[in-house]
Order: sequence, then C-alpha cells, then structure tokens
Amino acid sequence: MGEVGYPILSYVIFLPLAGALLLLLFEDELKVKVIALIVSLMNLAISLPLYFQFDPTKKGFQFVEVKDWIPLLGAKYHLGVDGISVLLILLTALLTPICVLCSWRQIEVRVKEFMFCILLMETAMIGVFSSLDFVLFYIFWEAMLIPMYLLIAVWGGPRKDYASIKFFIYTLVGSVFLLVAIIALYVKNGTFSIPEAMFRGYSFRFQYWVFLAFAIAFAIKVPMFPFHTWLPAAHVEAPTAGSVFLASILLKMGTYGFLRFCLPITPKASFYFAPYMIVLSVAAIIYGGFVCLGQEDMKRLIAFSSVAHMGFVTLGIFTFTLNGFKGAMLQMLNHGITTGALFLCVGIIYERTHSRLIEDNSGLGKIMPLYVGFFGLFSFSSFAFPGTNNFVGELFVLLGAFSAQKVAGFFTVVGAILAAAYMLRLLKRITWAEKERSPMRDLNLREIIYLAPLVLFVIWMGLFPANFIRVIEGTLAGLLQQLGRGM
Amino acid sequence: MSACLLELFTFLSFLIYFILSLSSRKGTIVPLSRVLSFVGVAIALLTLGSSGELFGGAYRVDLFSQIFKALVAMGLFLVLWMGEGEKEVEGRWAPEFAMFLTLSALGLMLLVSAQELITVYVALELSSFSLYIVIPLRRGQTGLELEAAAKYIFFGAISSGVMLYGMGYLYGLVGSTYLKDIVPGLLGAGSGPMVTMALVLALSGFFFKLALFPFHFWCPDVYEGASNQTTTFIATVPKIGAVALLIRLAFLAPKEAEDFVRMLILLSALSMTLGNIVGLVQRDIKRLLAYSGIAHAGYLLMGILALSKEGGASAIYYIAVYLFMNLGLFLVVMILSQKGENVLIDDLKGLWKRAPLLAFTLAVSAFSLAGIPPTGGFAGKLFVFMAAFHQGHLDIVIIGAVNTAISLFYYLNLVRYAYSRDPERSDPVELSLREKVLCYLFIIVVIFLGLFPNTFLTFMRASF
Repeated sequence: MGEVGYPILSYVIFLPLAGALLLLLFEDELKVKVIALIVSLMNLAISLPLYFQFDPTKKGFQFVEVKDWIPLLGAKYHLGVDGISVLLILLTALLTPICVLCSWRQIEVRVKEFMFCILLMETAMIGVFSSLDFVLFYIFWEAMLIPMYLLIAVWGGPRKDYASIKFFIYTLVGSVFLLVAIIALYVKNGTFSIPEAMFRGYSFRFQYWVFLAFAIAFAIKVPMFPFHTWLPAAHVEAPTAGSVFLASILLKMGTYGFLRFCLPITPKASFYFAPYMIVLSVAAIIYGGFVCLGQEDMKRLIAFSSVAHMGFVTLGIFTFTLNGFKGAMLQMLNHGITTGALFLCVGIIYERTHSRLIEDNSGLGKIMPLYVGFFGLFSFSSFAFPGTNNFVGELFVLLGAFSAQKVAGFFTVVGAILAAAYMLRLLKRITWAEKERSPMRDLNLREIIYLAPLVLFVIWMGLFPANFIRVIEGTLAGLLQQLGRGM
Repeated sequence: MSACLLELFTFLSFLIYFILSLSSRKGTIVPLSRVLSFVGVAIALLTLGSSGELFGGAYRVDLFSQIFKALVAMGLFLVLWMGEGEKEVEGRWAPEFAMFLTLSALGLMLLVSAQELITVYVALELSSFSLYIVIPLRRGQTGLELEAAAKYIFFGAISSGVMLYGMGYLYGLVGSTYLKDIVPGLLGAGSGPMVTMALVLALSGFFFKLALFPFHFWCPDVYEGASNQTTTFIATVPKIGAVALLIRLAFLAPKEAEDFVRMLILLSALSMTLGNIVGLVQRDIKRLLAYSGIAHAGYLLMGILALSKEGGASAIYYIAVYLFMNLGLFLVVMILSQKGENVLIDDLKGLWKRAPLLAFTLAVSAFSLAGIPPTGGFAGKLFVFMAAFHQGHLDIVIIGAVNTAISLFYYLNLVRYAYSRDPERSDPVELSLREKVLCYLFIIVVIFLGLFPNTFLTFMRASF
C-alpha cells in the first residue's frame, strides 16, 4: 500500500483493462468511443495523486504493492515508483485520452477493436513503468507489443505489412536476450525482485554479459543508431494514435531500461561501455539531423528527428553526471510531449489532404492560421528554442556532456543546430508556398482540445522546469551517489 | 479397482465403438463419441488423486500418471469435439475412426502408469498400431495419406526396434525390467558409455513419438498426408505420453551420468534448430506445425535434461500448454478447411475481416507457440529455461533463446497473413456455437496458463 491508503498503481494499471473488456459489450461506435474516452480520462484523474502525493525526498520506491504471484518461482506482484518512473506513468495517462480523441474521425473501421487495443496499450505501458519484479516487467513489456503490432498491422498505411512485422521482430529479438539476462540474474540472486538485484557487486565478467543482453534490448527500443531502422517504417505506417504511443511512450522504455536496469544492476559494465554508448548517441544525433534535412515526408522527418532526440537522452545517461541524468530524464518527457504533438499535427493535416508529403501540405499559413500556430510552437519546441521545454532538457544534457566529454559536447551542439535547420525548413515550407491554395477547414474544437494540454506543458516545462526537476532530482542524485560508491 | 476406472471406461468406450462399427447405424457415432469422451474427462478429473498398484508393481497409479491421463483424456475429448462430422473422414469409417483414436488414447493411459519395460513397450505399441490404421482414413483419397501411413509404420517400427535394443541393454546391466530395480542397478554400473547408450536407445521410442531429432523424419509427411483431425490428434496426444515416459526413463540415470545429459542437450539443440529453420520456409500450415512440433520437442527436452524435480514439473507444464495452444491452431486449420483439404498460409489472408474470433484464436495460439507473454507458451518456456539454467546448462538456454527469436518469423507470419493482408475472398466464415465455444476456451486457457501458473505448477511438482 502506498502513501494514499489504497493500491493506486494497480488501479491505474487495470482500470484501462477493465474498460477495454467493457467495450466488448457494446456495438455502437459512438458509445465505444465515448466509453474509451471516459475510461482514459478517469485513469488520468486517478493517476494524479501519484504526482501530488509523491515525496521527492524519500529514498527508494513509493506506492509499493507486494503480493505473492508465483511463489514457486519467487515471482511477485511487486509494483512501485520512484522519480524515474512516476512522471512517465503520468505522461502515459495524459496521452491516452489524447490518442482516443485524435482517432475520433480518423479510424473508420473496427472502431471497437481499435479502442480495445489503445486501452490495452495503456495497461501494458503503465505496467512496464511500475513493475518491480522481472517477470511482471517482462510480461508487460512483451504484452505491449501485441496491441501495438495490431495497431500498425490493421489500421496502418499502405506498407503496414512490412512495417508491422519489422517492428515486431526487431523488438522481440531484443527482448529474448533480455529474458536470458533476467534468468541469469535470478539464478544468481534467487529472486526476481528488481530492487534486490541492484548494486550487488557482481563480478565484472557477469556484469559485462548482462549489460550486453540488456543493452541490445533497450538499444533497439530507444532506438539507438544503428538499430533504428524499424522506427521510420513503423512511424510512417502507423495510425496517428499509434505513432504518438510509439514516439512518446515506447521509445522511452528503452532509456527507462538503461536507467532502471543497466546502471544500477551492472554499474561497472556501464562505465566500461559508456564511451561506446556516447559515440553511438552522438552518431544518432548527427546522423538523425542530416537524414531529416533530406526528408520529403513529414512523418518520416519527425520519426528521424526522434532518433536524434533520443540520442540526447542516451548521451545524458552515459555521461554519469547529475546534469546529464536530469537532462536525459527531462528530454524523455519533453520528447514525449513535443514529438507526440507533432505527430498529432501531421495526423490532422493528413485527415484533410490525405498526403504526408511536405510538398502537398505547403502554404497553409494563410488558410489554416490556427493550425500553423500550433505547428510552429511545437516545431520551435522541437529544436529547443529557449522558453520551450526542450531547451531546458538539452541544456542539461549539454552541461553534462561538456563536463564529461568535450568532444561529444561539441558534436552535440552541431546536432542541435541541425535540428533548428531541419525543423525550420519544415515549418517554412508548411507555412508558405509558391502558389495559392484552395481553402481548407482550420482546426475544429476537438482538435484544439487535445492539442491545448500539450501546449500548456511545452510552455510550463519550458518556463518552470523546477516543478518537474523537483520530482526526479532526488532519485537521480541517489542513483549517481550509489554509482560513485559502486566504483 | 476404482483407481483404474478411467482405463476401464476408455476400454468400454472402445467396445461400444467396436459394436457400432458392425451395425449399420453410424449416424449417431459422432455425438456419442463426444459424450463418451466428455465423461472420460470427468472421470479423469475425479480419479486424479487416486493411487494403487497392480500386477506386482508393474502398473502403478499415482498423481504423476493421473495428471498425464487427465491430459490425454482432455486431448481426446477436444480432438473429438473439434472434428466436424464427415468433413474429414468418410461417414462409413466414423466408428473405426473414433474407436482407434480411443484405443490409442487407452494405450497412452496405460503407458504413463507402466512401471516395467515390457509393459511400457506393449502400451506404446497399442497406441502406435491404432494410429497406423487411422492415418489412411481420409476423405478424398490423394495417395498422400498412404505415403504418410507407410512412413509412420516404418519409422515407428524402426524406433521400436531401437528402443527394444536399448531396453535389452538396460536388462543386461541390471538384470531386471522393473524401473524400481533399475535405478539402484545403474548406480552400481557406474557412468560408463554403456549406461548412456542403453538409456538413449531406450528413449528413442519416445523420441519418435515426440518427433525429436533424429526421429523426426516421419513428422512433416504424416502431418501433411493424414486428415486434419487425425493430425490434430497425432500432434498433441501421443506427445503427452511420450513426455511422461521420457521423464520416467531419463530420471533413471545416475547423478554422475554427464555424457547422457550432454547427449540430450545435443539432441535438444539440434531438434529446435532444425525445426525452426526448416519451419521458416513452409507454406502448408500443417507442415509448418510439424516443424514447429520438432522444435518444441527440443524445448521440452530442456526441462527433462535438467533431471530435477523442477525440470520435470516444467516439462509437464510445457506439454499441457502445448496441448492447448497447438489445438487452438489446429482448430483454425480445421474450420478453414472447406472439404478436409490442407490449408495453406495464403488461405489465412484477411482472416481478420472474415472471422475476427478465429483470427484472434490464431493470434493467441501463434503468440503462445512463439513464447510471447502473457500467454502460457511464455510461462512454459520460462520454466524450462530456468530449470536448465539452474543445473548450469547455460549453453542450451542461449541456443533456446536464439531459437525462440528465429521461430518468431514463421509464427508471426501466420498472424501477419491473418491481420495485415487483404483477403482474396470476402465471404465471412460462419462459426457454429460449438466452434465459438472452443475458440473462447482455447484463448482463455492459454492466457490463464500464462498469467496464473502457480496452482498447476504446484500440483505438478507434487507429483514427483
């Protein structure tokens, strides 16, 4: 039981599942949509105490729930959050109703099954972030793939077949090694408990292999260069809600994995591999930036920009500085907000023009001023314009990078400039065009409603980051301290 | 007497079918066989806790054997329920079909209780010979089913011969055919190559049933040639008996028999690798499932080769899950097959639009076979991996993990055809109530076994 007197994490995890099962009883499409929306909003509401009741000064996990589950194996139903996971859970809860809303018109066939998958995803994603037992974690981790696969495979674009299978196989192959590492840790520790596996002083050889097994799974999920090839395909073909989940939540699971597993469980190996990880991160930033410059497809461009942004996150983690950690954590949230919003914007315009090409969507400045206003704000946020959320995160990462590795810091700055270049190029072409366009409907109320909270967070996190740093700081400082002691 | 009620009842059903096969009223046989097999399951569950010995210890009823008998009875029950009247087998053969499947199941029930090598052999042959007859019974003769039957007989006979040879060695080493005498006898014989050879050869009859490398050659052709319903039976029920006896016989090995374990590791690795790699290129779903079965035999052996209580229980759990997930896939095959012909992967195209429930059954079964949580296939795989890892067999665990990754391609391919390809024909597949219930049953059982394995696993561990 946590600090709220009731098992809040279980509620937040299983309410969407219950909602999904409830959907099965209804046939009417409108009813299904409304129920899905209500369930996801309720889940957002009941998840709020996680933020308000969270005590940042406390060490260890909060809102902990422990129950026997498979006593024969020592696997427990063990949930809990700390500064690393709590905001990610809230992000998930925030984005789910938005995903429901953005699919309101876009999804025309099999609405019930679609909403079912969305709610199932929410259960699995929150489960991943709150599991403190390896078996439980792994089940949520993998269970998430199935609805995600279906979202792409059934409601996806023309190349959905290729994209969905690539996504599934890529991520699953990585997870298989994760499973071996989990079993190895179990045999070593005699328990599946995640907190108990941390900082146990394993031999370097053991850490080396466990780190590699973990790192493959997480690097694919992030995705780190050169494991990123599944990402553009999956993003481009997925329906908007799928893209948002993919970019905003699923990618975070990779970096979450690094922070939750690699660093505390295999600290020595993490130090040993840090230079390689930094090189890969910087490569992702630079490579992602250049590839974005050449894109003609809006969704592809944003997908590749994710590769670059996630490079910032992994870079921050492997600098082993408090600033780097903070920056990484903030970037995870920022990327979730901003890139999610950009995908929503692409979805909105796609519903009108049925094209994702920049060419076909240019010159909207005059005819859809409201849309371009939102799009402009999110683009500025994406290349870390001061005053927006990404600026704070990138600043912390750069501070960390310069204090740990000057060369890496230098290349990262180049990457940040590239980001401005490709985002401004996109924005320019969307706003202005050579020829006049026939008028189109601007944003409707529903679209404004689901974009507005994201605007709020872009500005709030940009101007008052302290509200968020407060939550994550204690945990990250504790982690860094223990890492220092582990050496 | 009450201890072997299930065997007696199964024998009685066999007699009923036999009498019916002589009469001219054959229309009642399908419903009758469904009812009788259901009663069989009920009896199996009621006698789960019974125990006793017969024939001077040659036949023993205990929890271990009763669990397997219940699984066999359940398998028979489901296979008979899944079949749809005369689609697969011509009406005039219906009584024989039910009769020989029941007889084969009876053989397996006797097998899992057998405590003596000759009894083991007789029970195994009873089960095999019944199947030899059932395989060629298929509507729309194409010649393939005769090839399948011939292959099954030849390979069956050869492996029986090899098994007898191994049993001869065991007898030569210890001077007794009773399993209870063999353990101390082998301890005295040390861990020489003789022990390894005797055990491996004696196991080969069960390797054949389980389609483990190198006794797998019959498997794809028999699956392809036999009718869908017969294949469903062969693919699941005899494997249950085989696992029971593999556990019984392998556990005879003395603790220091490292060569024996290494031999099993080798067979397990080869079997899963071969099955999964060849599985990648199959177009006929039944052939695909045959290679998948060969691979799963390898995973199962991982639990057995741990030679621990934990490993044995995990193997039982695995075969129980395997029964349900495999039947789930075969159910899809049987429903999609219009006149009892084989179903190709292409026939799955757009199944999701034609029959959502069927497509979901297919997805759950395929994900489970691939070992993806939250399905039972994952739990089973986790248990066998852990059992092998606990005994220090890291090498086979890694090979198993790599194989899991390989196998994904073809299992996922099934789901992919069903979900993300457009259908070539748009007529919906109508499901009868019976078929719907079976679909829901398989989905629920497979997911339940994945999320709440504890009760069953406790039960299975208690049987050692």
